[in-house]
Amino acid sequence: MFGAINPAVLIASLMVASVPIMLAALGELVVEKSGVLNLGVEGMMIIGAICGFITAVTTGSPLLGFAGGAAGGAALALIFAVLTQSLLANQVATGLALTLFGLGLSSLMGQGYNGIKPPLTAAVPFGPLRDIPGLGRILFSHDWVVYFSILIIAATWYVLKYTRTGLIIRAVGENHDAAHALGYKVNRIRLACILFGGAMAGMGGAYISLIRVPQWTDGITAGAGWIALAIVVFASWKPWRVLIGAYLFGGITVLQLNLQAAGSSIPVEYLSMSPYLITILVLVIMSSGKGRTLNAPAALGQNFHATR
Amino acid sequence: MFRLEKRPTPSRFWTGATPVVAVILTMLAGGLMFGVLGKNPFEVIRTIFWDPLFGEFAWYLRGQLLVKAGPLILIAVGLSLGFRAGIWNIGAEGQYIMGAIFGASVGLAVFPTENRLIYPVMIAAGAFGGWVWAMIPAILKTRFNTNEILVSLMLVYVAQSILAMAALGFLRNPEGAGFPGSRNFNSYPAASNPELIAGTGMHWGVVAAFITVIAAYVLLQKHLLGFQIKLSGQAPRAARFHGVNPTALVVLCMGISGALAGLAGLFEVTGPAGQISIDFNTGYGFTAIIVAFLGRLNPLGILLAGLLMALTYIGGEMASTNLGLPSAAIQAFQGMLLFFLLAVDVLSNYRVRMSMKGTA
Amino acid sequence: MLKRTLLATAALGLGLAFAGAASAQDALKACWVYVGPIGDGGWTFQHDQGRLDVIKAFGDKVDASTYQENVPEGADAERVLTQMALGGCKIIFTTSFGYMDPTNAVAAKFPDVKFEHATGYKRDSANVSTYNARFYEGRAVTGTIAGRMTKSNKIGYIGSFPIPEVIQGINASFIHAKKVNPNVTMSVVWAYTWFDPAKEADAAKALIEQGVDVILQHTDSTAPLAEAAKTPGVIGFGQASDMAEYKPSPRVSAIIDNWGPYYVERVGALLDGTYEQKDTWAGIGGGEVKIGDITEAVPAEVKAEAEALAASIGDGSYHPFTGPLNKQDGSAWLAEGEKADDGTLAGMNFYVEGIEGDIPQ
Repeated sequence: MFGAINPAVLIASLMVASVPIMLAALGELVVEKSGVLNLGVEGMMIIGAICGFITAVTTGSPLLGFAGGAAGGAALALIFAVLTQSLLANQVATGLALTLFGLGLSSLMGQGYNGIKPPLTAAVPFGPLRDIPGLGRILFSHDWVVYFSILIIAATWYVLKYTRTGLIIRAVGENHDAAHALGYKVNRIRLACILFGGAMAGMGGAYISLIRVPQWTDGITAGAGWIALAIVVFASWKPWRVLIGAYLFGGITVLQLNLQAAGSSIPVEYLSMSPYLITILVLVIMSSGKGRTLNAPAALGQNFHATR
Repeated sequence: MFRLEKRPTPSRFWTGATPVVAVILTMLAGGLMFGVLGKNPFEVIRTIFWDPLFGEFAWYLRGQLLVKAGPLILIAVGLSLGFRAGIWNIGAEGQYIMGAIFGASVGLAVFPTENRLIYPVMIAAGAFGGWVWAMIPAILKTRFNTNEILVSLMLVYVAQSILAMAALGFLRNPEGAGFPGSRNFNSYPAASNPELIAGTGMHWGVVAAFITVIAAYVLLQKHLLGFQIKLSGQAPRAARFHGVNPTALVVLCMGISGALAGLAGLFEVTGPAGQISIDFNTGYGFTAIIVAFLGRLNPLGILLAGLLMALTYIGGEMASTNLGLPSAAIQAFQGMLLFFLLAVDVLSNYRVRMSMKGTA
Repeated sequence: MLKRTLLATAALGLGLAFAGAASAQDALKACWVYVGPIGDGGWTFQHDQGRLDVIKAFGDKVDASTYQENVPEGADAERVLTQMALGGCKIIFTTSFGYMDPTNAVAAKFPDVKFEHATGYKRDSANVSTYNARFYEGRAVTGTIAGRMTKSNKIGYIGSFPIPEVIQGINASFIHAKKVNPNVTMSVVWAYTWFDPAKEADAAKALIEQGVDVILQHTDSTAPLAEAAKTPGVIGFGQASDMAEYKPSPRVSAIIDNWGPYYVERVGALLDGTYEQKDTWAGIGGGEVKIGDITEAVPAEVKAEAEALAASIGDGSYHPFTGPLNKQDGSAWLAEGEKADDGTLAGMNFYVEGIEGDIPQ
């Protein structure tokens, strides 16, 4: 039924396929940890994709491209931050508007960049390690962003769990009134988190336009931002689970195409909806444990206004 | 530094004035963008906001405004009930698709029978389709505590796959020479949803939208359920003391919003769209979320917000066709309008005061 | 039901009454409705190139500046078409299959405006013409190159949706690859999207991992070519547009949608009064399908063979679906020397013998 699929190759390609949603989801996780729900991930990703692309093509450096993508995503996130933190606008609606605006703006910025090849990002040179059967392909055959995405997951996990910064972010997200009473600048902390989220989403977008697809076309992110949002919930706001969620989702997507290519007998129409159904199924299993709550930050989606 | 001071009650003056302020600000910022793109800003703005209402072809476009706003309002009103109660149905798009598929299936199953009862049954089937699709996240939430945002969103993609299967397979027009897409309902009178009065754009979906607005208004103002919904959103614990059953409320709110989205899909597929096709859904379910918030989750506000949204679509389209603006510029312009509408809302709930010291 | 029918008739009458309201202008106004953004680099981009050809060909005599991007199929299309007709467009090109019913509905209300619908089959009123391109002719040529070039004897095909046009392309490619290389097998991956660069790239990658070294695609982005470029020895073809940025390899040739000649012909006919309703399905011969430059990555004799095949299709001496051909289940389809009729092709819903897997239903 499954035909001939090489598991090492499958794992290697799902690692690449998952990078954009993983980066974006991680950024959103930090945002949500601080108590802010930004549904504009798709918009920030696509702005990151075009900003990264333009920067890389103009400067010839893919590295600067990623910096440009992060800056672009953060710039769009700044609009969100001003609206929701300073002007106390509704977060859900502002996030959706952000996506609409980002899609339009990216298409405007991208005029004239169709059909250009960006400078390529090579795999990290691991030398002979790459040739280890199986493991070499999985562990040592990728570009730097794949490793970076795992590192940043680890770093976020560490910061959130063990540092004072992480404690403050969590405090702000759980109970902003208490955090304010303790003297923390709630809105400034949230602003920083929103910018971080934008930068990560922008990098994720840049990964699509610079490495995964290497090109610019309108609407290139094609819904990846929504998947990233789903993964945050799926991960119940835990960094390592973002990794698992992204790999799972990316893995099923890659697997269903591989199954088709290998001539599997499962009908295509069911395969194409499988990533979503399996995500729901896993989520149900995870959340149905004995009375466990979902671990959502208590102040998620609520704006904070200092009364004193 | 400016600082904001919460008003004891929202300002009536600013609640009415903020939309106007927002539209003016958008015109300024958008005009700047259009100018940068090398177009005459005044002409573009006039085309978007004035021409659909009072221009040369307004007799046609005013009706189209209703056609475009109808499904948005219908879906947004349903969503607003859940949003008020803190129940986040983000998947109205999927419920809209399923309503269309269920309703269309019933109609096509009895093709070409002519009977007065067919359309009412289809309406019921459409509402049922949307309701069923919303019940999945509702039951998973109440039974397994699964997050409804994620499940309803994932189900949009599943619904899209089913839509493709329907258009290519079980609902495909047997006389369509193998091409995807169902029969066209406009050529099947018993199952179609035509303009009720020629040239007005009024079809059953628009009628349903108006009825829903009124019903929701009454529900929220006069009915105990409306009070329970509002209370659950503002103070969940207090609601529980008042005997509100959270499980029932989730099922009810998800059910209403799903059924209304399903209805919107049914009216659309049998009327303006005419048929099931691979790309039948055009994002009404997502845009309705914005409409719900623009309308401040208030039925009358949603009515106005839906019409305003429709205006920017139609006017934007005209600007794009007649003045050669890229459609991306219109998208960005819509985004700006939403930003400003959301931003100035602060004035109705807060007072702006000058102060010596900055605040957090 | 009587009341509804009456209302519908009244609506039609109203439309007719206002049809004359369109203001006459000196230049003939030709308009286009696009399903995607011009920046898609494929389907819509090529239609817009055709529009630019019209501007080039007629200059001041034709106003071809009006177009609308990203028009959803269904109610929105009907509104955009009505606006264009009201706004004085004399000929409107609707460039996606999903515009079929809206085009016919609006055309019935504006008998003085000519409507041209791409890839459909309905011509309900006298002012609706349809046009399409025989992309499968181009597929025959790329299939030949694929059969000659594959070293692993595995070729891959990325399909969008299982509709007749795509199935024609799969069959035509396979038949001609098999003809020059009897050992060839083909894997088909359905992406269930016309345009999703990331997914298309993944599909190409999955095929490459299965040992495929020639990728044919019927989705619109250049992502599969970009993916092919990452693995030495894998080649592919441009789809819809030339995709010349991936020359000389992996893009070794391309199937180019070339709508310019048709648009120029039809607008010209309307200008000089020879315009008539018709159904056009032209291919390489009519210039609507062009084979993109075959690069030096292809050996000279293969290039010559492919060009000869294209020429014989172009002058009508050869039809890509010529018997003997069997259907996938082994039943006879075309006898020796028999050519497929257009009706069967237009509704093609079966694979030819030798292709594995099922068409999703």
